[in-house]
Amino acid sequence: MSEKKPIDEPTGTETTGHVWDGIRELNTPLPRWWLWLFYATIIWAVGYMVLYPSIPLLSQGTPGLLGYSSREALQDDLIRVSESRSELDSQIASASLPDIAANPTLADYARRSGASTFKLACVQCHGSGAAGSQELGYPNLNDDAWLWGGTLDDIYATITHGVRNETDADTRTSLMPAYGELGLLSSKQISEVADYVLSLSGKDHDAAAAAAGAPIFEAQCAACHGADGGGNPSLGAPRLNDAIWLYGGTHDAIVAQVTRPRMGVMPAWSPHFDDATRKKLAIYVHSLGGGQ
Amino acid sequence: MSVADPHPDSPVNPAGVRQYDVEAVNRGKKPKLYKGREPIYPRRVHGRFRTLKWWIMGITLTIYYAAPWIRWERGPYAPNQAVLVDLAGRRFFFGPIEIWPQEFFYVAGLLIMAGVGLFLVTSAVGRAWCGYACPQTVWTDLFVWVERLVIGDRNARIKLDNSPWSARKIRLKVTVHAIWLAIAVATGGAWIFYFADAPTLLGQFVRGDAAPTAYITVAVLTFTTYTLGGLMREQVCTYMCPWPRIQAAMMDEHSLTVTYNDWRGEPRSRHSKRAAAEGRVTGDCIDCNACVAVCPTGIDIRDGQQLPCITCALCIDACDDVMVKTGKPRGLISYTTLADYAQNAARAATEGLEAARTKQVLPGWREVMRPRVFLYTGLWSAIGIGMLVAIMVRDRLDLSVAPDRNPNFVQLSDGSIRNGYTVKIMNMEPTPRTFDFGLVGLPGGLMWSPDIHTDEPARRFMVPVPPDQVREFRVFVKTEPADLEEVPQPFAFRTFEMGNGRESAETPTVFEAPQ
Repeated sequence: MSEKKPIDEPTGTETTGHVWDGIRELNTPLPRWWLWLFYATIIWAVGYMVLYPSIPLLSQGTPGLLGYSSREALQDDLIRVSESRSELDSQIASASLPDIAANPTLADYARRSGASTFKLACVQCHGSGAAGSQELGYPNLNDDAWLWGGTLDDIYATITHGVRNETDADTRTSLMPAYGELGLLSSKQISEVADYVLSLSGKDHDAAAAAAGAPIFEAQCAACHGADGGGNPSLGAPRLNDAIWLYGGTHDAIVAQVTRPRMGVMPAWSPHFDDATRKKLAIYVHSLGGGQ
Repeated sequence: MSVADPHPDSPVNPAGVRQYDVEAVNRGKKPKLYKGREPIYPRRVHGRFRTLKWWIMGITLTIYYAAPWIRWERGPYAPNQAVLVDLAGRRFFFGPIEIWPQEFFYVAGLLIMAGVGLFLVTSAVGRAWCGYACPQTVWTDLFVWVERLVIGDRNARIKLDNSPWSARKIRLKVTVHAIWLAIAVATGGAWIFYFADAPTLLGQFVRGDAAPTAYITVAVLTFTTYTLGGLMREQVCTYMCPWPRIQAAMMDEHSLTVTYNDWRGEPRSRHSKRAAAEGRVTGDCIDCNACVAVCPTGIDIRDGQQLPCITCALCIDACDDVMVKTGKPRGLISYTTLADYAQNAARAATEGLEAARTKQVLPGWREVMRPRVFLYTGLWSAIGIGMLVAIMVRDRLDLSVAPDRNPNFVQLSDGSIRNGYTVKIMNMEPTPRTFDFGLVGLPGGLMWSPDIHTDEPARRFMVPVPPDQVREFRVFVKTEPADLEEVPQPFAFRTFEMGNGRESAETPTVFEAPQ
């Protein structure tokens, strides 16, 4: 403080002594209300610290007088959400699936809510777009081919009881014999049946082999898959005369399936989701485009 | 010296005693870090600019308070308030114009016009916004008027403030602040009516069942109006507002600004007759301080152009009054450009004060008619006309199509390929309309919608859309792979209004299929 601060001539204001590129900084006094605002923010902060959780301690922070907690706030929000839906959910629980689908409000809500449950429980196998996976053998739910039936009630039953699920007595179940592995058919016979199966959907095939395979098909396969290969949803026997092949539609893939069949499984969801949630899932899956 | 000198540079006086260059820190004469607000008591003034300010205040306040109450018939499906910002419904109504959220660029355009408009006004007449139209100025003016009405003019107010507390002082102060608060409540109250049907909201507000937001908004605006207009006043302009700083960057030597013509005012003298008798030369300024007394921001215009000057020109009115009384020509304080000021000052130096005074260059159309002004006028009008044209030719129907991304396509059991689309038809008119919705291109393509058209797949179907709403629906399109010319196959959805068939929209998209 030994030097006197220089005074700026035009304004008569003291300068701080700081100079940048010849520009000197005026030491203009702050307006006093500015200081009050500063004090007000301090008081506000103190009030905030007292009322809300603020100071971190070893295990948890100081709780604050209002007892606010973001976890409880989230819980409250979740309760509020489920309360706001309870009216629609109870309507869905008491209505039949076709009635829900016919009611635009309920159907729209069921689709949106079902989509969210689908993303939680179904996407792991069926994919986020419900397109399934041919490599892994998970069916595409967008198309119009249904192993176990594509009506609302069929879809609901599959979701509820699962497929080949030992924990559910009413589960969808069926068994395709491993014709090759058990030696029921020779590999030549299997190859001939595969050619016949290819011929059912008009795909490229060996006509002579197909002709030889026809009687084998009628004897071994028609019981479940139908004489024309039209399939049977009550047995989960897929259609063989269409363009959709869960485990592949090449000659090799069909041979492999007849030799040692792959058969899909699916969890039963009744222990995990209530009736309304499963109904909403069924509505959603049905709405993907292939519902019957 | 045996001991090393600790201060070898300190001067030694002739007596051999060392002198220390030091100042007592705790002398009690430190510069102040903070400055309290000194109250300003603007004196009443009459004149051209004061009259203009009254008019502008009346017009702007009338617009602000009355606009939400103007009705506008839009039919049974839309609100009948002329100016309405429907935040919940995401619609903005302004007379015949209705704006949807995606048309918000019109509001952006209005803001750009407001910005260019400020440039234009600044180029033409200087810092007029601050002095005449700024809400801070208008409400402060209104609040000062209330003070004058209740207590009296400048001297009465100073006298009251300096007097000890008495029943009369309390009564007057309470009256002033009560009226201020009433105005503040009305100001906040008027604001909320822009966001809901005004008569309905007023009823709800009075009965106490309006939305909490309404009460909070009124409370906040009441607080700010009362504080900024009654207590802070010029502090807002001097310390808070960025506009004076921006404004300074837009001024040039041809910008009109309130100027003290020191070339004819100085040397100022309160005793010009005695000075004349003594043979001393005096200027026109008789140092009566009328210009200071009327100033709402508490400055002395004779110190020159300065940031807190809002160029309200009340000092011009005050000084012209004095000049007439002293028999001098008006314009000692005047709207003048720096260039004119320099010209006048130069003439005063070369030809003498008398010549300069009689030939004083005063502002006229010359100051307004300059390239900058024309440029800004052109720009401002171009944006305005552009927006008007855009509003007049804009569509009131919009069709948006979002193809499914997951899965891109679905193989159906009969071998055909299906694509899914989420379609939105926006009916932006407040009447229910039915639209024909169809495929353009994609030979062999057929479509259906689980939400609207569940019959046999078709090339087109009807979509009724409620008034002023968006209808969103899923559309499935299928076609045989053999019918596709390329993958992905471009095609379009098209929709047109039934009945008079006035409006149509077409949105291109693609059909995906396995490669």
